[in-house]
Amino acid sequence: MAAISPDNRGLRLAVRYLVLVLVALIFVLPLLFMVMSSFKPDQQLLADTSSIRAFLPVGDVSLGNYAEAFQRAPVRLFVFNSVLVTGVTVVLSLAICSLAAFSFVFLQWRGRGLVLSIILATLIVPFETIAIPLLLIVSKLPWIGLDGVEWTWLNTYRVQIIPWIADGLTVFLFVQYFKDLPGELVEASRVEGASWFQIYWRVILPLSGPVVATAAILKFLVMYNQYLWPLIVVQQEQYRPVMVGLQYFFQLNVAWGEVMAYLTMITVPVLAFYLVLQRAFIASIASTGVKG
Amino acid sequence: MATRLTQSNRAGWLFALPGFGLIAVFIILPFFFAFWLSLTNQRLISPNPTEFVGLQNYADMLSLAVVTLEPERDADGAVIRDETGAPEYPRVRSITRSDAFPQYDGMREWFRWQSGETARVVIASDVVFWKALTNTLLFVLIVAPTQAALALGLALLINQRLRGINVFRAIYFMPVVVSIVIVSLLWRFIYDGQDGLLNTVLGFLTFGAFEGHDWLGDPDTALGSIMAMSIWQAVGFHMVIWLAGLQTISPTLYEAAAIEGSSKWQTFRYVTWPGLRNTAVLILIVITMQSFALFAQIDVMTNGGPLDSTQTMVFQAVERGYGKQDISGGSTISVVLFLLVLTISLVQRYLTRER
Repeated sequence: MAAISPDNRGLRLAVRYLVLVLVALIFVLPLLFMVMSSFKPDQQLLADTSSIRAFLPVGDVSLGNYAEAFQRAPVRLFVFNSVLVTGVTVVLSLAICSLAAFSFVFLQWRGRGLVLSIILATLIVPFETIAIPLLLIVSKLPWIGLDGVEWTWLNTYRVQIIPWIADGLTVFLFVQYFKDLPGELVEASRVEGASWFQIYWRVILPLSGPVVATAAILKFLVMYNQYLWPLIVVQQEQYRPVMVGLQYFFQLNVAWGEVMAYLTMITVPVLAFYLVLQRAFIASIASTGVKG
Repeated sequence: MATRLTQSNRAGWLFALPGFGLIAVFIILPFFFAFWLSLTNQRLISPNPTEFVGLQNYADMLSLAVVTLEPERDADGAVIRDETGAPEYPRVRSITRSDAFPQYDGMREWFRWQSGETARVVIASDVVFWKALTNTLLFVLIVAPTQAALALGLALLINQRLRGINVFRAIYFMPVVVSIVIVSLLWRFIYDGQDGLLNTVLGFLTFGAFEGHDWLGDPDTALGSIMAMSIWQAVGFHMVIWLAGLQTISPTLYEAAAIEGSSKWQTFRYVTWPGLRNTAVLILIVITMQSFALFAQIDVMTNGGPLDSTQTMVFQAVERGYGKQDISGGSTISVVLFLLVLTISLVQRYLTRER
């Protein structure tokens, strides 16, 4: 073994970074390829895969694929649908799940323990195992809307929103967080005569920034990336979200340039959002595992 | 804290009810409904009334039998062989379509093996289901440990004190925020037999010796390719959970180990790993549940093919329940899937229990 000289240490540091960079390439290159390809005409895109040019913005670079993607599919509509469904679900989920968690942690009521146990037990039921029976249920659920009573939820926004509002994980995250808040705050507010809702709204929620961010990010990822559920409950173009909209690009001759343009359009905003809020994203995933 | 100040049955129920109500209607109800539906012949839309059929759906799906085929013999009793010298057997159809064996009616060959002169053939009433079941189990059994181990490797890599390490952490995590649907589509291109990037890279690394391969078109590599891609997409998620676990381990333990002169491996074995117990259990259970849900990759990349080599339980449940509007068939698969998830989680908990 060589003695640890400054040179040697420099070398070891270089090797460490080399390993980190090589691993990073595995994760970056496919995504880089997607973005770069979206600017190239099909012929060049295919030719470029045989060399390093696949990852570089070289050759006949243009926005042509983007223009054609907009021609082929109602991209704006899909994005609007996804943003609407995601936004509404996230907001309602935060409100309803935090309210329930508030009641589990700070209020004493009969059945509290049982109801919470039932909710937490649902964590072990993967959505995929209830999708088919749920499809049957929503196909026959009544809905009282502005146009009177409808007897199905298929092909609507509500079918994409309402079943996803409340879930065990979100309730769990809020319960864990609320448990660590000082209970005296609530008692003191009660003594001062605040109503339960005022305590929830004025005392507890303002202290809940971190868990709200966590729950919002997790819900956002689930909702924006929805695929299986809208695939089976929405047949009308009018209500389709972005992931299901992908099917428009798989008719007979796959135009890879357009596919890449569409993928880039629906991915890059999320990636940018992630890179800006990177710490919060990672902290939110980590917090699902800390208590276990 | 059970004072009059916090005692409030009315407010308690009122606040919990919206959340609990939604969970009851959209998670708990369909969950139990699945069990009921699997005992009926319910269809999504049907003019006929639904009937209770008992365990018929399970019997139709799970029936298996092993039949023995004697080789064909000529008039002298010698075994007839084909050009390669392998014995020739009667067709399986001669059994499954024969009136002599009503119990095998409608069954098809799943796989066979040779034992001496005779061939044993496993026949099943629902071969696609069995393929989906074995593929799903294979996927879980390979992906869960591999992904957990790779994620731990990445977490250890990221847990170093180096300048700029957060940049690498952010990069490794990046695919997690990209939808699996998008990833699947992108990788279809990467795995392509003609213009695929993977073939280019492999050709480059082997100085042109690698010929190129249609990864998703070959039944032997299709499922493996999907496994690799799934790990690529999700490994950052579990890396972050490992990392959170690593950071709960007290630095004084590492200092003590350093003073004792323990090697890197000893430090990992006796300090790091015991500190990660709970994290390990959680990660294994989370990955297992996620792997059982395998659907989007199949739907986007292979549709279950080639030759049913990538059929999975969820894909079949959707194909039947939605595609063929056979709600009861889809529900039956869902119930079997849930029982599998439950069993495996319980077994994992038992194996990793505190001793």
